[in-house]
Amino acid sequence: MGERRFFNGNHALAHAVRLAGPEVVAAYPITPQTAIIEKLAEFIADDQLDADFIKVESEHSALCACFGAACAGCRVFTATCSQGLVYMCEMLPYVSSNRFPVVMAVANRSLAAPWTMWCDHQDSISMRDHGWIQLYVEDAQEALDTCLQAYRLAEDPEVLTPVMVCLDGFTLSHTDEMVDLPAPEEVGRFLPPYSPRHAINLSEPATFSIGTPPDCYMEYKYSQQLAMEAALSKIPQVAGEFEKCFHRHHGGLVKEYHCADADLILVTMGSVTGTARFVAENLRSKGKRAGVLKVRSFRPFPIREIASALQNARGVGVLDRDCSFGNQGALGTEVKSALFESGSRPQVINFIAGLSGRDIRPVDLEKMFTALEEAVARPGSASPVNFIGLRCE
Amino acid sequence: MKATSQDFIPHMRCPLRTMNTGSWRSQRPVIEPGQCNRCLLCWIFCPEGAIRKNPEGLIVDLEYCKGCGICAHECRKGAITMVEDEGVL
Amino acid sequence: MMIDMKQLPTEELVYGSLACAGCGGLIALRLALKALGKNTVIVTTACCLMAVTTFYPQLAFEIPCVTSVFAGTAAVISGVVTGLKRKGVQGVNVVGFAGDGGTVDIGLQALSGAMERGEKFVWICYDNEAYMNTGIQRSGSTPVGALTTTTPGGKKAMWENRPKKDMLSIVMAHGIPYAATASIAYPKDYMEKICKAAAAPGPAYIQVLAPCPTGWGYDADQTVEVARLAVQTGMWILAEYDRGEFRLTHRPSKLKPVGEYLLKQGRFSRLGIEGGKAIQADVDIQWKVYR
Repeated sequence: MGERRFFNGNHALAHAVRLAGPEVVAAYPITPQTAIIEKLAEFIADDQLDADFIKVESEHSALCACFGAACAGCRVFTATCSQGLVYMCEMLPYVSSNRFPVVMAVANRSLAAPWTMWCDHQDSISMRDHGWIQLYVEDAQEALDTCLQAYRLAEDPEVLTPVMVCLDGFTLSHTDEMVDLPAPEEVGRFLPPYSPRHAINLSEPATFSIGTPPDCYMEYKYSQQLAMEAALSKIPQVAGEFEKCFHRHHGGLVKEYHCADADLILVTMGSVTGTARFVAENLRSKGKRAGVLKVRSFRPFPIREIASALQNARGVGVLDRDCSFGNQGALGTEVKSALFESGSRPQVINFIAGLSGRDIRPVDLEKMFTALEEAVARPGSASPVNFIGLRCE
Repeated sequence: MKATSQDFIPHMRCPLRTMNTGSWRSQRPVIEPGQCNRCLLCWIFCPEGAIRKNPEGLIVDLEYCKGCGICAHECRKGAITMVEDEGVL
Repeated sequence: MMIDMKQLPTEELVYGSLACAGCGGLIALRLALKALGKNTVIVTTACCLMAVTTFYPQLAFEIPCVTSVFAGTAAVISGVVTGLKRKGVQGVNVVGFAGDGGTVDIGLQALSGAMERGEKFVWICYDNEAYMNTGIQRSGSTPVGALTTTTPGGKKAMWENRPKKDMLSIVMAHGIPYAATASIAYPKDYMEKICKAAAAPGPAYIQVLAPCPTGWGYDADQTVEVARLAVQTGMWILAEYDRGEFRLTHRPSKLKPVGEYLLKQGRFSRLGIEGGKAIQADVDIQWKVYR
């Protein structure tokens, strides 16, 4: 039987890793992820997790060590964020294109400069092209549950793609909540032991991570894309299997809140989703048809599910805690792309908010819905990109 | 061919040899058995490992000999001469 | 740990590579694998030898090989060593094989980390004294006076002006159980050191001089001769640290003048008399210490 515990997101996630039973953990500390790896070291030291902790000297080496252990056939885990994630950037495509099912927690933190410790999604978003599945969670329970789902998903023979489990730095990593902690035997029924597709074998030698000339390379990339397409069905499938075992569901690729009848929908990722639902509920009690669409899977990007959820909306606000400088928020760009493909043409405003932990308050979200109302009333009048809450013009 | 997400994973059984690098050379070694004392220095120093230690004598694998000439240079008995060769087997 | 050269295994564990004719690095690799045997996993990284052995459709190894990104080789090794141990695989040599760039420059941090962690692996640096794979650019191991494409001489006499990074001291400062320098011209000495390295109860490091005909500017058949002259002139020492004790494993009774080594190679062609004298002076000072 599981138990109810009071955990912050980091500890909840660390417990999930303990239950998933990686054989090798290689990680380097960076705020606000540190408690994850500290907890894992504690579990290992106290015999609660039978794993080796490789005391790597950098994040780049952390992912290299995970890669090496994965070549040997091990289930592995690492965690990082911010500067650490972009430092190990070189290894992200190396792991994904070598199709090793590494699971990595990213305690989302903004990138320097200016130097900062607090939450936004710039770190993982800026790594979106490197072939990792990216799942964004909205609370500590989801962090725990998604980590377990991530192993099942990553190791699926049709997927074989590494997964980033993204939890908002400080907001989730350091905030305590009541959490249902499953028992090991329950997890055992959901997550089978890892059976590697490729592993070092002295009697059948292989070269791992070969080089190829131009006339052989593209097929490998196509295969990665096919794996991501497979993940589009596997992610909801795994979430459904999880629900059968644990009676909890946080969404598959997306999670809709009153989207079917909403005029105005705010699209969110991460912890701000909860605040957005609170604001939407208030608006609904005043007769406004507001809805919230949580994007859980950013990669693969669920074009169809997003377009379907937004099809009846007249005004769509996309809340990005990131900015792809020179264009706009990444989520905003990709949501618009999904709408374009579906033929829907609501008024769309991209809101850039909450960079480096700047608070996104209910009043800010109310202003976003108001801006959407005005955009619907006077189509074409809204500025497509809005930085929210700046101290300057 | 219809690909799946499980095809084209960049790990491959080795060895795999599709090219005979012997085709590169412009000279090849000739080992004179009468002068060879089987010290095996040529065998040790051949970068390719293209010299075979057969009981009848040292034989060069012409499919992979690149004709670098190290064997001839290192032979202390002068038993190896490099002759012109277009790398055609 | 004596090697009988007549009893070395016949099987070639790397064959059919796309290396240049006369490649010193290939000699280093082939001899290392002869000493290590088939129970070996090789981890290699961006360098000539990786490019010529792991590029489809010509995969030259008869043993498992893992390729690594340039900066992370020793960290990948840590992962492989730990992972194999977890899987109950015993008695396997895990060997890193990298060039000088991947050891003394970009690979140094990860190598330092792996040595500090004390995992059991052998690191072989085949030193051809420049980034040869990318076209002969200088590295931290390029000797003073050498012409490379990034120290091309030119009007400003901009040849390499910095001494080789002293890797032996660096690795020994990590307290590893075994480290050695070697030359492909002394294969018995080299292979015996490989065996000692493989038997060491922790990280072991070998830096083997591996001349490159393409990059050093000499005819391909001279590779072993050049590697020999480096030792005979005192420009390259054959030494080892075994459990902290340093010794030279080869003491030439008389050193040949460095000119015999330098004049054989196009990369020292701009040096001139004064440059050669300066190098001779450095070697003399160094050898006073050894004697």
